[in-house]
Amino acid sequence: MSSSSQENQSKPVFLDLRNISKSFGAIEALKGINMQLFAGEVVGLMGDNGAGKSTLIKILSGNYQPTSGEMYFEGHPQQFNRPVDARTHGIEVVYQDLALCDHLTAAHNVFLGREKKRNIGPLKILDNKHMFARAGEIFAMLKSETRPRDKVKQMSGGQRQAVAIARTQLSSPQLVLMDEPTAAISVRQVSEVLGLIKRLQSEGVGVLLISHRMPDIFAVCDRVVVLRRGEKVADKHISQTSQDEVTGLITGAVERA
Amino acid sequence: MNDTSLSKAIDSQTHSFGQEIIRSQPFWVTIAAIVLCFVLSLTGTTNGEQVFFTPENFSNIALNFSFIGIIAIGMTAVIITAGIDLSVGSVMGLAGIATGLTLSSGYGVEAGIAAGILTALACGLVNGILISYIGLSPFVVTLGMLSICRSLALVVSNNKMFYEFGPDEDLFLSIGGGTHLGVANSLVVMLVLTIFLGFMLNFTAWGRHLYAIGSNESAATMTGVPVKAVKLSAYLFCSLTAGISAVMIVGWMGSVTNALGMTYELRVIASAVIGGADLMGGVGTAYGALIGSILVELIRNGLLMAGVDPYWQGTFVGLFIIFAVALEKIRSRRSG
Ligand SMILES: Nc1ncnc2c1ncn2[C@@H]1O[C@H](COP(=O)(O)OP(=O)(O)O)[C@@H](O)[C@H]1O
Ligand SMILES: [Mg+2]
Repeated sequence: MSSSSQENQSKPVFLDLRNISKSFGAIEALKGINMQLFAGEVVGLMGDNGAGKSTLIKILSGNYQPTSGEMYFEGHPQQFNRPVDARTHGIEVVYQDLALCDHLTAAHNVFLGREKKRNIGPLKILDNKHMFARAGEIFAMLKSETRPRDKVKQMSGGQRQAVAIARTQLSSPQLVLMDEPTAAISVRQVSEVLGLIKRLQSEGVGVLLISHRMPDIFAVCDRVVVLRRGEKVADKHISQTSQDEVTGLITGAVERA
Repeated sequence: MNDTSLSKAIDSQTHSFGQEIIRSQPFWVTIAAIVLCFVLSLTGTTNGEQVFFTPENFSNIALNFSFIGIIAIGMTAVIITAGIDLSVGSVMGLAGIATGLTLSSGYGVEAGIAAGILTALACGLVNGILISYIGLSPFVVTLGMLSICRSLALVVSNNKMFYEFGPDEDLFLSIGGGTHLGVANSLVVMLVLTIFLGFMLNFTAWGRHLYAIGSNESAATMTGVPVKAVKLSAYLFCSLTAGISAVMIVGWMGSVTNALGMTYELRVIASAVIGGADLMGGVGTAYGALIGSILVELIRNGLLMAGVDPYWQGTFVGLFIIFAVALEKIRSRRSG
């Protein structure tokens, strides 16, 4: 079915989804998805609104459990019951709504849920100095003008995006899941985000990128997977398809490829 | 100046301590409290003799606000998570009865205090589990608890007043009614709790998590914050402060009836909100709870001193709540 699996056989399989389905009551958001993600690969995930892209990402990140089907992680069957489980296996997420807390600073958002602490006697107190400094480094690395001490409340769309992406850089992830990271930001910031994806790629980090922007996908991805109404309708190496074909696959003008 | 030093300069400029303070509601409430003191010292005279600006009246104010303020500290932690605890007044009543009953049955002071505190914690545990783990609305759960605790206080006390506090009576009365270095014990407790919460909010992960939950609960969940445990702890802490306040006030008054704490929830919530805690969540400070409860008491006391019919107190406190919240809205709109 997919030509990419053959091409990528040299790389180890990082994640292997077998027959994954997810229902919300009567809604079948995902129907029997088979898909492999190879280490260090950048895969584009495309599909119309409601196709099931976010649902798939939430399964990979441990936010949802599949209704049926199995996930193999580096060859072993694996269940992610909570987001922390995915994280401990080197999977980081940038959620579509960014999952930011407006009333906290950029640095505290970056470190949310894994705050850096230091001991003062028996007390564990926040190491704010470290968190501000480290967040500053990450923003500099991302070439973002975001300031660690600013509250997220007063930030632009691009800065908020940078905060959410910076969050994935705290550990050394093996796979970063990004849900529409370029949907709500300026053109200049889009190229920044794409630059970051390329940087992750060059460091051997895999990326699963959801985007509606065809040029983004063709600029950075090795492979593109298309979902339509919860079904996988294509899984192709980027060099073996075209923007027209992918558009057709998304809308249904092209049945399968 | 290169790029990073410029941005650092901007950073420290926009985040200077002074700037932060001037932008905060507690700052303006403090100003209001000082102005109010000034006005009252001018008007608060009877036959040309100062009645407001006297040590007696000030220690009176300090006592009155501390019992409310202690609970406002706990309430602030709950409000920061975008929650509410309507049961604090009733929990205080039930805890007070538990303490009174235990002491008057001849048990020692430790047992009496433990009875009050544990009763309050049990209420907080039920509130917290129903809200965090079962997912019920804080308003409804704590409204139910308000009714339950008041009724249990009636049942347990059998509508009797407790005023004989057993073998350790003197010790118990001196805990609630005594002073330390001339400062009323309840005020000392209030100040210690303010410092404690201030420390927790600013320097611990627990504090960050309270703000994160109130700001965006689903984001907190997705990033791995132990949301349920943190919310439960906030309701436990709030009930604990109600229990502490109960023990202190019973010792100070020297008696307890099942009406203890009746309608206190209104004054407690008013104090927290006037002090800048936002019912939408994500905003609130320990100092705000302190200054908010001081201001509410100043308004009450001032009206009393000015000879205004006490029936008007609720109107003035109510107006102040609405005024404080409106002011906050206007300021946050202006700063974007
Ligand atoms: N939590 C949920 N509860 C009920 N239905 C959901 C939920 N999440 C997604 N869905 C439904 O599942 C389908 C796929 O949604 P989603 O994965 O968000 O699509 P996409 O991200 O591709 O736009 C949609 O029909 C959506 O309404
Ligand atoms: Mg989506």
